[in-house]
Amino acid sequence: MNNNSYILDQQFKNQQCSGKGMKAYIDMEVAHKRMKRRILLDKVMRRLFSFTIVFALLVLGLLLYQVVSQSLGWLDIQFLTSRLSISAEKAGIKGVIIGSILLMVVVAPVTLFLGVGTAVYMEEYSKKGALQSLINMNISNLSGVPSVIFGLLGLTVFGRLFQLGSSVLAGGLTLSLLVLPIIVVSSQEALRSVPNFLREASYALGATKWTTVWKIVLPTALPGIMTGAILSLSRAIGETAPLVVLGIPTLILRTPSNIMDDFTSLPIQIYYWTLDTVLTKEYANLAAATIVVLLVLLFIMNSVAIVIRNKFQTRY
Amino acid sequence: MINLAKGMKKKNENLKLFEKIIPTILLIIASISVLTSIGIVLTLIVDAVHFFKEIPFREIFSTELAPLKAENASFGFLPLIAGTFITSAIAMFVAIPIGLTAAIYLSEFSTVTRRKIIKPIIEVLAGIPTIVYGFFAYSFVTPLLMKLIPSLEAKNALSPGIVMGIMIIPIVTSLSEDAMNAVPSSIREGALALGATKLEVAFKVIVPAAISGIITSFVLAISRAIGETMIVTIASGSAKNFTLDVTKPMQTMTAYIVEFTSGDAGSGTTGYYSLYAVGLILFIFTLLMNLLAKYITKKYRKEY
Repeated sequence: MNNNSYILDQQFKNQQCSGKGMKAYIDMEVAHKRMKRRILLDKVMRRLFSFTIVFALLVLGLLLYQVVSQSLGWLDIQFLTSRLSISAEKAGIKGVIIGSILLMVVVAPVTLFLGVGTAVYMEEYSKKGALQSLINMNISNLSGVPSVIFGLLGLTVFGRLFQLGSSVLAGGLTLSLLVLPIIVVSSQEALRSVPNFLREASYALGATKWTTVWKIVLPTALPGIMTGAILSLSRAIGETAPLVVLGIPTLILRTPSNIMDDFTSLPIQIYYWTLDTVLTKEYANLAAATIVVLLVLLFIMNSVAIVIRNKFQTRY
Repeated sequence: MINLAKGMKKKNENLKLFEKIIPTILLIIASISVLTSIGIVLTLIVDAVHFFKEIPFREIFSTELAPLKAENASFGFLPLIAGTFITSAIAMFVAIPIGLTAAIYLSEFSTVTRRKIIKPIIEVLAGIPTIVYGFFAYSFVTPLLMKLIPSLEAKNALSPGIVMGIMIIPIVTSLSEDAMNAVPSSIREGALALGATKLEVAFKVIVPAAISGIITSFVLAISRAIGETMIVTIASGSAKNFTLDVTKPMQTMTAYIVEFTSGDAGSGTTGYYSLYAVGLILFIFTLLMNLLAKYITKKYRKEY
């Protein structure tokens, strides 16, 4: 009896769901309308979303166009090879470029030494534990600290405590600490991508741990490390705030010759010229021309980094 | 023969010694990053303590900031904090809608090849030095906005806020897109098979599934905006107004630090120490943001 009623019930339900019974529950017209609306919304939003990307690209293009068009007529050999001057027509950025290069001469070896050293310790030597996670956490926190704060650190420690003032050395050391997290993280990744069988093969041949690291692991990871190094250098070369906080003097007409000299670098000069456009309108053109130089420099550095990554990186 | 063996033994011993000191040397190098953090906290705290010895803690909540006045200099940091939050809020108002929709487009609608081309170009925006954005804000965006809003002053909070927003679009886009990409295709396909449109899949399935990554990207972007210096220094001026009016000049915490160090505050004055107090507040804000981001990823991340 019970069984029978169950079967009847099922038949009844089946009838409802198929054929004529369906109309009573789903109004096809309404469904069609809704479906149309949903599809239309999908299409409209897709367009709208792709437009946001167009907007971002447009802004990038506008920025480049604006800078380049303002620098036209100002960016010439004379501008690149003469000294700074108060007069806008005579001013050139030879000393500024040398300042930036000297800065890189300090930053590159210091970050490479500290960054790769830290990464090698973390990946090859340290044991998993409190110390390793402390350093890891510390590095990720350090990368979130605003660059002005690094400026205050540099001002207090390098500028005042070590009596380096606002020299290239003080600026370079400050920037080195600022970009340290970038090179540490990328070097760690590069070291991690070196397969273990290379290390084991080296040990099997009787090599010690350091020999293995120095002759096998580091050369294999070199492309990745160099990519990270160039990226961190390009971050350092565009950095303004920490150097301004260090108290780089406003107008330095003398070209710096060694790392103990006072200096200005490309971004700092852009900053001062932009601020002084209120006084002399042509300074805006000088700032734009300097920006073009800086952007070209960054473009070259990043291209080199990409080429190194694509060409020399071996995959295992 | 014996001599040779002796020589080798000596060389071996040298190597062994070298081998032993290497880890210590590397540990010292690695500890420099920790020392940097300790150095930052110490410099900020030590000099901020000097500041609070001379200025009562209550005063920093006043709305009047006049650090260079010869007599009765006042140190209320509220104008700076307000300036920081208003410019950052404008930036997020620009960056969140554009960054998030761009991320949704890249992850859900675009083809793989298109994504491979577009994503690096958007990331170029993040690689441009901030000083360049500052120049752009001051010499292009402000004059443009002045045509739309005649009452806008040459230095204002609106223009640097917008440009800062453009600068942090890549942070939002890149991190959110990574989070959405990490949602497994099976979930996406399941929803599509049930008859959902791509838009519905994006908003009802993918975004909720990737929400921790998306929120993290917002928080990191805010932290970046709070710490951003050169754009606001150039384009929003140094007037210490306590106002909500974005057409007026304002000063942020970062711009205050820059103005003061490149200006005339001699070492040892209260004005000089006030830098470190402001720096400490700034540091705490960004640190909290970064810790919050980490907490969100850790707590709410779903592993598929």
